[in-house]
Amino acid sequence: MGEVVQSAEITMANAHRDVGGNCCSGGAVAFAYSNTPAADFQNFLSADPTAFVSQDEDGNALLHMLVENMHCANCIRTIEKTLTSNPAVFEARVNFSTRRLLVRWDEVKSDAADLVKPIIDLGYALTPFDPSLMKTATEEADRRLLKAMGVAGFAAANVMLLSVSVWAGLFSNDMGPSTRDFLHWISALIAMPAVAYSGQVFFKSALGALKAGRLNMDVPISLAVILAVGISLSETIQSGEHAYFDAAVTLLFFLLIGRYLDNRARTKARSAAERLLLLKAVAATIIEPDGSHKSVPVDTVTVGTIVHVAVGDRFPVDGQIQKGFTTVDNSLVTGESLPIDAAVETSVFAGTLNLSSPVQVRATKTGDNTLLGDIVRLMENAEQGRAKYVRIADRIAEYYAPVVHILAALTFGGWWVAGFEWQVSLLQAVAVLIVTCPCALGLAVPVVQVVASGRLLLRGILVKAADGLERLAQIDTVVFDKTGTLTEGRLDLVNRADIPEKSLNLAASIAKESRHPLAQAVARRGSNTFDLADVQEHPGRGLSTMLDGKRVRLGSRIWCEVRDDANGSDNLPELWLDVDGEKPVQFLFEDCLRPEVAETISSLRKLGIEIELLSGDRGAVVQMIASDAGISQWRASVTPEDKVRRLEELKEAGKKVLMVGDGLNDAPALATAHVSMSPSTASDVSQTAADFIFQGRSLLAVLEAVRVARMSHRLVVQNFSLAFAYNAIAVPLAVFGFVTPLFAAIAMSSSSLIVCANSMRLNAVQREEKS
Amino acid sequence: MTVLIYLIPIALFLGGLGLAAFIWSLKSGQYEDLEGAANRILFDDEDK
Repeated sequence: MGEVVQSAEITMANAHRDVGGNCCSGGAVAFAYSNTPAADFQNFLSADPTAFVSQDEDGNALLHMLVENMHCANCIRTIEKTLTSNPAVFEARVNFSTRRLLVRWDEVKSDAADLVKPIIDLGYALTPFDPSLMKTATEEADRRLLKAMGVAGFAAANVMLLSVSVWAGLFSNDMGPSTRDFLHWISALIAMPAVAYSGQVFFKSALGALKAGRLNMDVPISLAVILAVGISLSETIQSGEHAYFDAAVTLLFFLLIGRYLDNRARTKARSAAERLLLLKAVAATIIEPDGSHKSVPVDTVTVGTIVHVAVGDRFPVDGQIQKGFTTVDNSLVTGESLPIDAAVETSVFAGTLNLSSPVQVRATKTGDNTLLGDIVRLMENAEQGRAKYVRIADRIAEYYAPVVHILAALTFGGWWVAGFEWQVSLLQAVAVLIVTCPCALGLAVPVVQVVASGRLLLRGILVKAADGLERLAQIDTVVFDKTGTLTEGRLDLVNRADIPEKSLNLAASIAKESRHPLAQAVARRGSNTFDLADVQEHPGRGLSTMLDGKRVRLGSRIWCEVRDDANGSDNLPELWLDVDGEKPVQFLFEDCLRPEVAETISSLRKLGIEIELLSGDRGAVVQMIASDAGISQWRASVTPEDKVRRLEELKEAGKKVLMVGDGLNDAPALATAHVSMSPSTASDVSQTAADFIFQGRSLLAVLEAVRVARMSHRLVVQNFSLAFAYNAIAVPLAVFGFVTPLFAAIAMSSSSLIVCANSMRLNAVQREEKS
Repeated sequence: MTVLIYLIPIALFLGGLGLAAFIWSLKSGQYEDLEGAANRILFDDEDK
C-alpha cells in the first residue's frame, strides 16, 4: 500500500466546482479543462511572478498575466469579481480578445501569489508576462490603420461636401470662379494633411515593394493618390476647373476600410508555437545522489538525472520510470483517450501528465530534444512553409499594376505627341490612374471575407486565418483525426440503463475523487453524490473506501476480483463497482461518434473530396470508427511525425488537404496541411494552429465551412470580373479625356457599391439552399 | 454666398469634433477588447 495517495488537495479544489446555469458558471468548464489547479499554481510560482510586477505612478503594483481556459462572459465576471473581492485589489481587468488579465493592487497588503491563487483554484491557469515583450507589431498596425481610417473618413466627408457644391455649381452655372477656387483651396487644406497622414500605410508598403524590385497593389495606389493631389493643387493655384481632391481621399478611405478588415482577420491568428511552450514544466525536482530533493530550472536537468514527479505534474523530461507505479495521461503525445499504466522501465514523455502517484524518472532526453520539443519544431517549420502562400489579390496585383502604369504612360505620351501641353497630358494620365485605381479590387476580397465570416459565425464556425477561406475553397482531400474530431473526445457511460440508481450514485461519489477519465465519466453521470471521507486511489487498479463498515471498490476487473466469466462483453473500456457481499456492477464506456458524421462524410464525397482517417489509437478501435463513419482509407497507431509525413506525401502528390484535428499531437499536422480546422474543445495549441474552429458537437460544420468557402471563392472571382468590366468601360473614356472629377467619383463609388452588393449575395444564396 | 463663411467652418468643426471623439475613444482603449465588450453587456449587476 506504499503508493496510496490522499486526494485531499483535489477534493478541496473540487469544492469550488459549481455546475449549472450558463455555458460555464463559476469556472466549472475551466476546471474541467484544467489539469490540476495545484500543478498550475506551482507553474505560476516557478515562473517567478514577482519579477513581472511593475509599479504605476501611484506606487501600486501592476501584474499582467495570460489566462487559459476562458470561455464566456461568466468567466470574465468570475475572474474579475474574485479578484476585486480582495480588499487589496484596486482594479482587475480581463481582456477577452487577447486572453490577458491586468491586476492593480497594493503590494503591502498582499503578494502576487496569494492574490491569484483563488483564480487558479477555479481552473484558470495563469502565466505572468512582460507586456513590453508581448506587444506585437500587428496590434500596433491595427491601431495605426484605425486612426488612418478615421482621419481619411473625416477628410472624405468634408471634401465631398465641398466637391458636391462645386459640381452643383457647374451644372447650374451660377458659381463664380472665385467661389470655386475658394472651395478648392479649402479642399486642398483638408485633403493634403489627410493624405499625408493616412496615405502612409500605402506609401510605406509601396516603397518597400519598389526597393525589393517588385510591384504590388500599393504602388499604383500611392502613385495615383500623390499625383492626383499634386495635379489638383497645381490646378487650384492656376484657378483651374477640375480638382481631384475628393477622389484621392475617398479612394484612401475605401481602401483603408478594406485594409483594416483584412488586418483584423489576420491579427486573430497568433503564433501557435509560442503557446505550446507554456505547457513545458518550468521547474523540475531532481534527486541528488545523497537522496535529497532539489528544485532546479528544467533547462539545467541533464541526461541521466533522476527526477521526482508529483501527482498532477507534467513530466519535465523524456525518460524511463525508475521507481514507482502510476497512470499517465499520454493524450498530449498519442491522442489516445485512455491513460496508460506506467511501471518501472516504462518510457514517459515531457509534457504528459502524471495522474495518480508520485514517481521517479531517469531522464533520457531533455530540453529541446524531448518529444514535445520535436512537436514545437515541426510546427514552427510548418508555419514557415505556409507563409509562402500568395493570396489571390496579390497574384492579380502582380499583373494589374504594370498594366495600369503602362496605360497611364501611354496616355501621357499620346496626348503630348498630339500636341497638348505637358500639364494637360499629365492631367489625363492622372485621370487614368484614378479611374483604374483598384477601389473595387481592394474591396473585392475583404468584403466577401467579412460576409462569409459572419455567415459562418452564425453556425458556430470561427474563421481565424485571413486567407483561410481562400485556401479552404481549393481543397480536394480531407484528413480527419479520430479522438475528439470524429468522436466526441470523451468517454461516456453507455450502459446507463443496466445500472441501478443506487449503485450509480455510490460509484459517482467515489469516482469524483479521481482524475482518471473513466472515473470522471462516472462522476458526470451521478445525480445525487455525497462526500466520502476516505477514498484511496490505487494506481492502475482502482479506488477503494469504507461505507457503513463495508469495503467498497471501484476499478478494474482484477481490482474488484470479478470472476472472468462474468458478463465479459466486448472490447469497450469498463469499470466495476464491488460492495462486499453484493453482486459487482459493470460500467461500460465508449467514445461516441459526433452526430451527423456519416452524413458529413458522404456529402463531402459528393463534392468530389477524398476522405482519410489518421489516428494515434489502436487498429481495432480505429477500424470500428472508420466503418461507422463510412471512411475506407484509414491508418492507426500514427505518431505526430507520421501524420506530418503523410500530409507531405499528399502534398507532393498534388493534393490540397484540409486537416481536421484536435489534439496537441495533431498540431504539427494542422500547421502542415494546406488548411486546417479544429473543434472548439481542442487543446489551445491546436486551436491556435488551426485556420478554422467550429463549436458544437455536429461535424456538419466542416461541410458547411467547405461550402461557404467555395461559394466565397466564386464571389471573389465574380467581384474581380466586375471590377475588370468596369475598367474596360472607364479606362478608354479616361484615355480619351472624357473623365471629369464628377465622373470619376460616380464611377468609383458605383463600382465599389456593386462589388459590395454582389458580396452580400453570399447570404441570399445560403437562405435559398436552406428552404 | 456669404453664408458659406459661417457654414464651412461649422461643417469642418462638427466633422473635427467627430474625428476628435474617435481618436479619443481609440486612445482610451475602447477598441482593444471588442469581444470582451460584446460579452460584458450580459452582466446585469451595476457594480464596477
